[in-house]
Amino acid sequence: MKYEIAIIGGGPAGLAAAIAAYDAGCRSILILERDNQLGGILNQCIHNGFGLHTFGEELTGPEYAARFAKQVLDRGIEYKLNTMVLSISEDKKITAVNRTDGLIEIEATAVILAMGCRERSRGALNIPGFRPAGIYSAGTAQRLVNIEGFLPGRRVVILGSGDIGLIMARRMTLEGAKVLVVAELMPYSGGLKRNIVQCLNDFDIPLKLSHTVVDIQGRERVTGVTIAEVGPDRKPIPGTEIHYDCDTLLLSCGLLPENELSRGMGVTISPVTNGPVVDESLQTNIPGVFAAGNVLHVHDLVDFVSEEAAAAGRAAARYLEQGSQSGAGEINVTFEGGPRYTVPASIDPKRVSDDLVIRFRVGGVMKNRRVRLYLDDEVVVSRKRPVMAPGEMEELKLTKEALAAHPDLKRIHIAVEEA
Amino acid sequence: MYDVIIIGAGVTGCAVARYLSRYQGKMLVLERAEDVCCGTSKANSAIIHAGFDAAHGSLMAEMNVRGNRMVPQLARDLDFPFQMNGSLVVCMSEEDMPRLRALYENGVKNGVEHLEIVDSKRLHELEPNVSKNAVAALWAPTGGIVCPFNMTIALAENAYANGVEFRFNTKVTGFTRGSGCWTIHTDGGDFQTRYVVNAAGVYADVLHNMVSEERKLHITPRRGDYCLLDKQTGGFVSHTVFQLPGKLGKGVLVSPTVHGNIIVGPTAIDIEDRDGTNTTAAGLDDLIAKAGISVDNLPIRQTITSFAGLRAHEDHHEFVIGEVGDAPGFIDCAGIESPGLTSAPAIGETVAELLREKMGLAEKENFIATRKGLLDPKTLSREEYQALIRENPAYGQIICRCEQVTEGEIIDAIRRPLGARSLDGVKRRTRAGMGRCQAGFCSPRVMEILARELGVSQAEITKCGGASRLIVGVNKDSIGEVREG
Repeated sequence: MKYEIAIIGGGPAGLAAAIAAYDAGCRSILILERDNQLGGILNQCIHNGFGLHTFGEELTGPEYAARFAKQVLDRGIEYKLNTMVLSISEDKKITAVNRTDGLIEIEATAVILAMGCRERSRGALNIPGFRPAGIYSAGTAQRLVNIEGFLPGRRVVILGSGDIGLIMARRMTLEGAKVLVVAELMPYSGGLKRNIVQCLNDFDIPLKLSHTVVDIQGRERVTGVTIAEVGPDRKPIPGTEIHYDCDTLLLSCGLLPENELSRGMGVTISPVTNGPVVDESLQTNIPGVFAAGNVLHVHDLVDFVSEEAAAAGRAAARYLEQGSQSGAGEINVTFEGGPRYTVPASIDPKRVSDDLVIRFRVGGVMKNRRVRLYLDDEVVVSRKRPVMAPGEMEELKLTKEALAAHPDLKRIHIAVEEA
Repeated sequence: MYDVIIIGAGVTGCAVARYLSRYQGKMLVLERAEDVCCGTSKANSAIIHAGFDAAHGSLMAEMNVRGNRMVPQLARDLDFPFQMNGSLVVCMSEEDMPRLRALYENGVKNGVEHLEIVDSKRLHELEPNVSKNAVAALWAPTGGIVCPFNMTIALAENAYANGVEFRFNTKVTGFTRGSGCWTIHTDGGDFQTRYVVNAAGVYADVLHNMVSEERKLHITPRRGDYCLLDKQTGGFVSHTVFQLPGKLGKGVLVSPTVHGNIIVGPTAIDIEDRDGTNTTAAGLDDLIAKAGISVDNLPIRQTITSFAGLRAHEDHHEFVIGEVGDAPGFIDCAGIESPGLTSAPAIGETVAELLREKMGLAEKENFIATRKGLLDPKTLSREEYQALIRENPAYGQIICRCEQVTEGEIIDAIRRPLGARSLDGVKRRTRAGMGRCQAGFCSPRVMEILARELGVSQAEITKCGGASRLIVGVNKDSIGEVREG
């Protein structure tokens, strides 16, 4: 099989990329999705709050996904469900498998990586204790509750204040479980402020910052969890232990982009984001291979995933027409004062045909800051930020006009400074 | 009335069952857990030791070397993963060299073949990531690695195919000695047998002491904590790298697994709780601190899971194998700690031979010497895999993404004799859930397949039997009005 664009993953990123690539003129697109429906993880996110930026209204996850899925269907874009991509070669030959076609090989001119992410597991966190039933990542519990209708536990401790954990604190409460506490290792929450308010505060669920799980009890099913306060070195402080009788521990301790396929094909991965290193067109080090959404870097809001993926879709369509442009003019985006990375990591001003969004996260909570974007020594964007936190992705818009005004650009720099 | 009842379906009990199954007789394996391979056999270093370590002249040394020689053929006969990757015992300082040489001498005396002391240059050629400070190593090319789950399962399945019965979820509570027979009391009723084989792991002393006054055994559960690293780290080392026991203690090993991960461990912490398989923060900290001694830049941050196993450490650090003096018909396989996994085939053969002699057992004419493991599509050619999916589409449905395990394999694991009954049972047989997401994505789907195949509701599916239910009810079942409404 041959397609101009193969999209790995039919979640929000894959769908938005497919639609944008189609609208940019490409008619040979295939989406490969491992689950049994399009929409990815949104299908189990039955709470609302999706789509405020994209549609100006609050949708549930399945509603948001359905709008994109409909656009894919309306355009007649091809997709395969229950299809697992096993490997992708550097020359973009994709090997996939499903029940009906068996093993399939797809030759693609361009590939868009949109595999999303997975949750950090108990094992990866090295939490000591027994290994009984009743320890779930928040997303697994979300699937059991929201898709299967099963209650995974009745008395729940949650470790990590990532958004899925916060959402599940509320969901479990609504379904009749008692959420005893949410413990967060860091001195700040990893989730969105609005989720702290709506999912914890509104239900009187305590959030204990600078706390972690130090022991899990129970040989068959969880019978208890012990948490303790941690010091600045994030090590538990003896004597601060609090025990909870519970049958369930949910983990919401961060998401990891799923880049095994990317690595396998030779895509360079950033040690900071665990996602591909991309240029202004969201292209990886392999020409014609693009990445978008949570596989690239973990987002807070699906609206921005869709926006980013649409840009990747357009870039892939452009690649089909123009091929890879010379990378001679690439400028690495530099930063100081807070950002841990930027997406894109580099920009070639000559290839920028549209306004560009630069996204980044900071490494700690910072107050009263000003973010400045420099082109050479000129400030082209300056934004006051009363609070910046690792849990909230930042973005800056670099306009094509600003770039055009700097024909001999040498430096693109982001500085987070005292306001 | 059984001829032989084996207590314990770990690797030792299953090996005894398998070697015994070549003889005629009515045999039963009793196991307190819900599956085979639920104790020490499932949580260890998965090493087939060469045999240089156990003291020369000990039963441990004899069984180790014999077992090491048996495993390659057994792995072919019973179709379980094994690789002879070779072991290196790394010496970190010149002052420790006499001990490295002593280990070499001991190995030679034990009959370990191809042992060699390699200098630093050769060592780093063999294993580039060994610490730059290493001065030499003992190289044992006959050391190997194995899948301990499938080795145990293979032995059990083969024993079963040859007529040995298995009874799970059955805990032995006591014995009554009759004339020429034993009554074994369990929480599932009484069983009569002519001979008892005690292969109860960390409980072997408890059972032994129920029947013997002459010599009391004492087994200490010695906990070993481990970290398993992501397959991305595969190839970090290709040999099993041991630390030479030295001034820094016994040290921990860094080894590839047959599945392409890296395993790091174990600690050695004596505990009292015979079911105390919980890791502790102190244990894991200790492990991580020691792990980096023999290798440079160990990617310990790539840990996908940590776990602990218990070694059945007998006070004299020796295997106790044979008939109990004051309890005729009661055969011990006690104190089977490392190198117990390696020794299992030799122990099985020894005990089977002992029973054959004592009972005058006759060989079966129709003994089935081989067993076929689960069909792993990853081992097939493209054409073969294509044909398999056409024949059985379940092999085209990937359930566990991380380990690329198909629905076909999971169904096979459940339907085969002594098949999986729980999430962990499926995991040990297929690796579904053993990868980097640690069952985050696949557990709801494996639960669904288990429920369908076993004909029960998902609410009854457990992680590992007993009370390890995975779900506790349905949404809103505790909210009366809503339910009624």
